[in-house]
Amino acid sequence: MENPYIPYPVRIDDIEIATEDKSLKTFKFVFLNEGDEEKFSYQAGQFAELSIPGVGEIPIGIASSPVEKGFVKFTVFRTGVVTSYLHNMKVGDIMGIRGPLGNWYPWDKLENKNVVIIGGGFAFTTLRSSIVYMLDPGNRSKFKNIDVVYGARSPGMLLYREELFEWEKRNDINMHITVDGTDDPNWKYHKGFVPQIVEQNAPKADKDTYAIICGPPIMIKFTQPSLTLLGYKEHQIIMSLENRMKCGIGMCGRCNIGKELVCKDGPVFTLEQINQTPKEY
Amino acid sequence: MILSNKQKGYTMKFITIDKNNWTKGIDKSRKTYQLFGPVKDENGCLIKKLDQDVHPDMGYYESVMSAKSVLFPQTEKILFASLDESLEDHHIMKRAENDYSPRAVLGIRPYDAKAIALVKLNFDTKEFQDPYWCDAYDVTVFVGLGINKPGPFDFSTSVGTGPFCEENLDILLADLDDKYLAKILTPKGDAFAIACGFDTMADEKESQVLFDILRKEAEKNIASNVEINKLKDKTILELHEAPFWDDMAFSCINCGTCTYVCPTCWCFDIQDEARQKQAFRFRNWDTCMSPLFTRHATGHNPRSTKVQRVRQRFMHKLKYFLDKYDQGIMCVGCGRCVKSCPVNIDIREVCNMMNAYEKQD
Repeated sequence: MENPYIPYPVRIDDIEIATEDKSLKTFKFVFLNEGDEEKFSYQAGQFAELSIPGVGEIPIGIASSPVEKGFVKFTVFRTGVVTSYLHNMKVGDIMGIRGPLGNWYPWDKLENKNVVIIGGGFAFTTLRSSIVYMLDPGNRSKFKNIDVVYGARSPGMLLYREELFEWEKRNDINMHITVDGTDDPNWKYHKGFVPQIVEQNAPKADKDTYAIICGPPIMIKFTQPSLTLLGYKEHQIIMSLENRMKCGIGMCGRCNIGKELVCKDGPVFTLEQINQTPKEY
Repeated sequence: MILSNKQKGYTMKFITIDKNNWTKGIDKSRKTYQLFGPVKDENGCLIKKLDQDVHPDMGYYESVMSAKSVLFPQTEKILFASLDESLEDHHIMKRAENDYSPRAVLGIRPYDAKAIALVKLNFDTKEFQDPYWCDAYDVTVFVGLGINKPGPFDFSTSVGTGPFCEENLDILLADLDDKYLAKILTPKGDAFAIACGFDTMADEKESQVLFDILRKEAEKNIASNVEINKLKDKTILELHEAPFWDDMAFSCINCGTCTYVCPTCWCFDIQDEARQKQAFRFRNWDTCMSPLFTRHATGHNPRSTKVQRVRQRFMHKLKYFLDKYDQGIMCVGCGRCVKSCPVNIDIREVCNMMNAYEKQD
């Protein structure tokens, strides 16, 4: 019997400061044991528990993409005991990763569909994983149009900036990058909140178009009306939720919304599913 | 049958155990088995691991806590790692060594055994098996003690169990004053009886008749019941949005007692500790009555109010579990939460209210 509580040992291979205020860092991990990377085989949209012995565990979305091999990446906001400890760790330190956990964006269902990705703030990690996955030469032809609306408070708070600006130059993905505000006279992208940019720039819904949303609750709340205005039905709106978690395997009992456990039955739900459950997230 | 210890090809049998031989017999079994059972101390009666010179109090009325701790201790070390960087395996977490030699829990009440079968649905799933709980379950013999005189809080018969329910038991004992009549239900139970040297066969037909009489007598004494027949037909949202939760939760002080005494409450927390160069990971019983249970690192809390937490507990037990597994509600009618609640919140009333609720348009 596999013990689902034992993390795979990993070494921190690289640490990158992800935002100008240094509150987010991207950690690149490599597995210590041969074979563990294969066991950790994941899909875009899943998460894992980052596990620091003697400190604790945190559930974090996987930011690297299944098409990137040899490492896994997580972008972590410094906020509690474990994340603060992690932010002070160094390249070469040993810790653990437990997963992959939860479900993922419905990639089978999204084949031959238009996909609109909507993200805000630092909830862009599994969306980054998804975009890299979809843009991979082996996968791009599986999807029709790809639109991305991504917003942050200011240009320096956007995650994965270099990649964003590279995607912006490509013609097989429509990027709609926005910031709440900036005094940079050279800023050549959008200014405004995500819901408004969605309303103005996202494609109108048809039966072959799905939207994936990930962001703070307030952004999700105000983006839903924009999507409804564009004609998206509940089953075409796919959301990734977060709740406090411990076990990550559906046993410890705290992350439920109704009878669904965000860690095991989620974190990805359609709005149609969420509307059947108490909104305790 | 998912919920049973019964194995195919085994025919159950009856034996009698003279009470004068009981202590000697169970002492004999200690060569192979660690024993657990009811013992009284200043906290009342608890189901505990029995030291070599301690014997179970088989005449106990009811235990304050259920037997869930036999498989699911209040605190349990699950992993450890060395933090000493001079060692090759530093910071690599490994499973903590626990004792999984055979154990027997003596005098477990039938509803508590049934509760363990319900908890199994959470810990032993298709996708993941909790190794600590499952390993403990696999080595445990459940020696039940039928309840001749159920107490005033017992409503077990209306929730699919009862004072002589055999589900998830390996042996069911009936107390006949000077002796126990034992129904050996599984090979595991048979092996335990052999280890005790209990082998006085009893007539099968007569014994079954006696068990039936005792069961009927006991069931007659159960004075309270709950209605659960209509819970299935209501939607989760309908019940969640029902108007009675505010009133119902008003007196609750969120002490969490109901969750700790409950035989089917399994929620847990995971915490790390480091001492010198050793790191440990523990799991501890947790309670959905605590605001911390669901509070995000950002401070946002999806169940920040008392009423949300009280509703969560009852909805989990009486609706979410029912809908998720289709194996009845997550309550065995032991009545401990009713008896222990400092503000007299009564799951029987809540259950009946939920069952009777019709949404007004």
